[in-house]
Amino acid sequence: MQYYIVEFSKYAIALLMGIYTLEAYLALGKKRDDTKTGVFVRQDVYMFIIQFLAYLSMCLQTGQIEYLFFYAFLQIALFSTIVLYQMIYPKCNRLLVNNMCLLLSIGFIMLTRLDYDKAIKQFFIVVAAMVAALIIPFFVHRLRFIKHLKWLYGTVGISALGVVLILGQVTHGSKISYTVAGITLQPSEFVKIIFVFFIASLLYKASTLKDVMISAVLAGIHVLILVASKDLGSSIIFFMGYLFMLLIASRNYLYLIAGFLAGGGAAVVGYKLFSHVRVRVQAFLDPFAAIDREGYQMTQSLFAIGSGKWFGMGLYQGTPSDIPFVESDFMFSAVAEELGGIFALCLILVCLNCFLAFLRIAMDLDDTFYRLVASGLAVMYIFQIFLTIGGGIKFIPLTGVTLPLVSYGGSSVLTTLIVFAIMQGLYMLRFTEEKQQEKARIKEENAAKKRQEKLERKKAGAKVNDVEEDEEFVEW
Amino acid sequence: MMWKKTKNSLNGKETQKNIKKTNRDIWFTGIFFSVLFVAMMGYYAHFVHTQGDEMINSSYNSRQKLLNAKNYRGTIYSADLEKLAETVVFESGTEYRNYPYENLFSHVVGFSTKGKTGIEAMANSYLIKSNISLDVKISNEIAGVKNAGDNVYTSLRTDLQKIASKSLGVSKGAIIVSNVKTGEILAMVSKPDFNPCTIVEDWDGYLEDEDSSVLLNRATQGIYPPGSTFKIVTSLAYLREHNGNYQDYYYNCTGSFRYGDSKIGCYHGTVHNGVDLVKSFAKSCNCSFANMGIQLDRSIYHDTVSGLGFNQALPVDFNYSQSKLTVDETVSEEDMIQISFGQGSVQMTPLHLHLITNAIANGGTYMKPMLLNKVETAEGELVKEFKPQAYKALMTKQEADTLTMLMKSVVEQGTATKLKGLAYTAAGKTGSAEYNQVKEDSHAWFTGFAPAEDPEISVTIIVERIGSGGDYAVPIAKRIFDAYFAVE
Repeated sequence: MQYYIVEFSKYAIALLMGIYTLEAYLALGKKRDDTKTGVFVRQDVYMFIIQFLAYLSMCLQTGQIEYLFFYAFLQIALFSTIVLYQMIYPKCNRLLVNNMCLLLSIGFIMLTRLDYDKAIKQFFIVVAAMVAALIIPFFVHRLRFIKHLKWLYGTVGISALGVVLILGQVTHGSKISYTVAGITLQPSEFVKIIFVFFIASLLYKASTLKDVMISAVLAGIHVLILVASKDLGSSIIFFMGYLFMLLIASRNYLYLIAGFLAGGGAAVVGYKLFSHVRVRVQAFLDPFAAIDREGYQMTQSLFAIGSGKWFGMGLYQGTPSDIPFVESDFMFSAVAEELGGIFALCLILVCLNCFLAFLRIAMDLDDTFYRLVASGLAVMYIFQIFLTIGGGIKFIPLTGVTLPLVSYGGSSVLTTLIVFAIMQGLYMLRFTEEKQQEKARIKEENAAKKRQEKLERKKAGAKVNDVEEDEEFVEW
Repeated sequence: MMWKKTKNSLNGKETQKNIKKTNRDIWFTGIFFSVLFVAMMGYYAHFVHTQGDEMINSSYNSRQKLLNAKNYRGTIYSADLEKLAETVVFESGTEYRNYPYENLFSHVVGFSTKGKTGIEAMANSYLIKSNISLDVKISNEIAGVKNAGDNVYTSLRTDLQKIASKSLGVSKGAIIVSNVKTGEILAMVSKPDFNPCTIVEDWDGYLEDEDSSVLLNRATQGIYPPGSTFKIVTSLAYLREHNGNYQDYYYNCTGSFRYGDSKIGCYHGTVHNGVDLVKSFAKSCNCSFANMGIQLDRSIYHDTVSGLGFNQALPVDFNYSQSKLTVDETVSEEDMIQISFGQGSVQMTPLHLHLITNAIANGGTYMKPMLLNKVETAEGELVKEFKPQAYKALMTKQEADTLTMLMKSVVEQGTATKLKGLAYTAAGKTGSAEYNQVKEDSHAWFTGFAPAEDPEISVTIIVERIGSGGDYAVPIAKRIFDAYFAVE
């Protein structure tokens, strides 16, 4: 019986994930004022059934009753997130809320399976972050002055990264974190957001080449500090974020091409200069040649993906823990092994779906500053996913970054939840903008009406006091 | 939808900044990353689809142990449905890998207890997986027994394998028999052999005995001088240089050939007198080929040799050695003379020679060698079927026809006349490869196929340190052909 349930769950989970993904793309094309919300409710149902089946098979196989309690708390947390978002922000983007909760739940399923203690730790961080994420949208469309704080962003960002470089402890060959009061922070995660605001505030009214140059130098400082900290993944993410923000601000594709060329050149220099870069590239080109050394992580990841095939080995049926740092850097491979290739492809598609939803929000915005913030955060989000998944499947060299919302890591999940919250705020900003436009339009109409009335009065009546009329016109 | 909205809002607000607004660049960004992701997903899907099974075979992959704990290793069958390897489970639950034919298939089937070799290694990923139905899996789980792994059906024939093994007798050597049209390997013998049932107990003894290298599969890994069988390659290079015209070749053999300080002779000093290419080939005249070798264009010779797969990987899934030969400007004339009749620096595996023969027999293109025909579950449901696949063309149809004609003349008027006048017409080339300075000692070679008009079966034979190919290898070929055509 147990075997039946586990086996059935495997296929059911893949199927439900497939339908969820399909609905996510259908919802992406929906009109904004479409009030039918059936699709979102259905998505929530799929999401909760997936978690039910996954936790059921995990409990059956391990006999761990405490997983059931964890499951219950997780469901309460996700359910309240969905309900609260709707209550506080009736006009929120429900597709993004759903995608966010789905990605979190996939992360929790895999974390429970890989390392239960870490799942609990992550759970507390997520709950705290969720509370913050519920408040942020409220401020996004009220704090209009944030676009003028460019020097604050720049100072905070560069100094936070600099402090890590100087004080940071060495984790896996790169200096990317430091510990304050027992909590290990990875500032490059938070600085991502500050960086986007910084670049947006520099570029939103930039017009001259000089402005562009200044922004390039300041962005370059961020990137170089990250390179010096050996945090290659983040440095490329910052670089790409800057390039595309510059493109959208300047609408000049030459900058993009120049950026790619400079990036390519920097990669060659980096390859020549740093041995850790060469090791990564070697492990990418032929991981099997150094299977017991540099290629070990890569080959174990490939083994995991290869044995998963399309429908996966099933939860607890594979050995994803063989991959070093699986819960932070190779979550995708673990998902691919146990939940299967179809599920994994859907996971990629859901991430892409978030990115496209972000861009749609950016397109709908009128204010250039906010447009830049939305697209910058979107690009950095999607490129990080490209790095971690592409690295894990040997599509590109490995850089060791997290899969947002799915991987273990407090800084990463907190940052991503803030990004999603900012996006919600920007989405609702549209309504404020529309409201203001509506007001302006009504005002304009009223004015026109009054002018019309006056004109008519003028025609109908004899010549009244000219001066008075002129004065009144000026007032408008 | 989005476009319209944008336009509306554009008209709605009249500040300077927003009149410039366009979403073109955001669309570009979206499409840019979408394309990147589609490429990545395509790569991933391709990987999952094609490489999933191979990954499990690495000894660094711990998932093998996981499967072993759940499933019994499946059975390996011959083409005539005999069990070549099976797992016997005792009452106590302990498992034993049994090889009913013991020594007969030792190298080709291999073993799975001391590492994995042969088909046991090649088909490992199939044997350790179980695709039996869910019902049976569930009842097995309730009963607390393991699932039966999938069974592998090979192309090996026990009758041909027996004859080949018996013919080699106590000599060291190797034999490969193939179906020319499909590439299926029908028999593969390497001597000395071993008993895979007792490999664990015998292991240390094999390791100590360095001379006989029992565990080496000579058919695929043994590196030998090909001797006169290599005249096939030299002849092909000659045909290429002369656009297929071989009628004009003439040489007067005096039994020896001198060049500078070096002197070579025909086998046992035989004097062949005036010979054309056909006769040179049929009689295996070393002097004539030495004469041909120093005259041939080096670059054509080099291209021919590398086109046939020397110093390159072969399209097979089992362990093998690469044949080695360098022919370029740095090779001296003296060395070229030796190379042209397969001595000196030429090193070749029986498998590689066999594949060249298969290409000649199959009109210039050989079929990828196949050992596995299909994989089935313990209940007989098909899991995977392997289809014959053509490998790249080694030569043109015309070149293959000319070489077939030359190989036929070997049987009709040359060194393999023991195959003449039979119910089938055979074609082939003998070789007597010298491996040391004592002229009398040589490895006996034969490679050939039958029927010559429409080839079905090919054999390649090497018997170590025994004498001439015509005397010792050709009779073995005859027994294998006889057995094949008698039953067909």
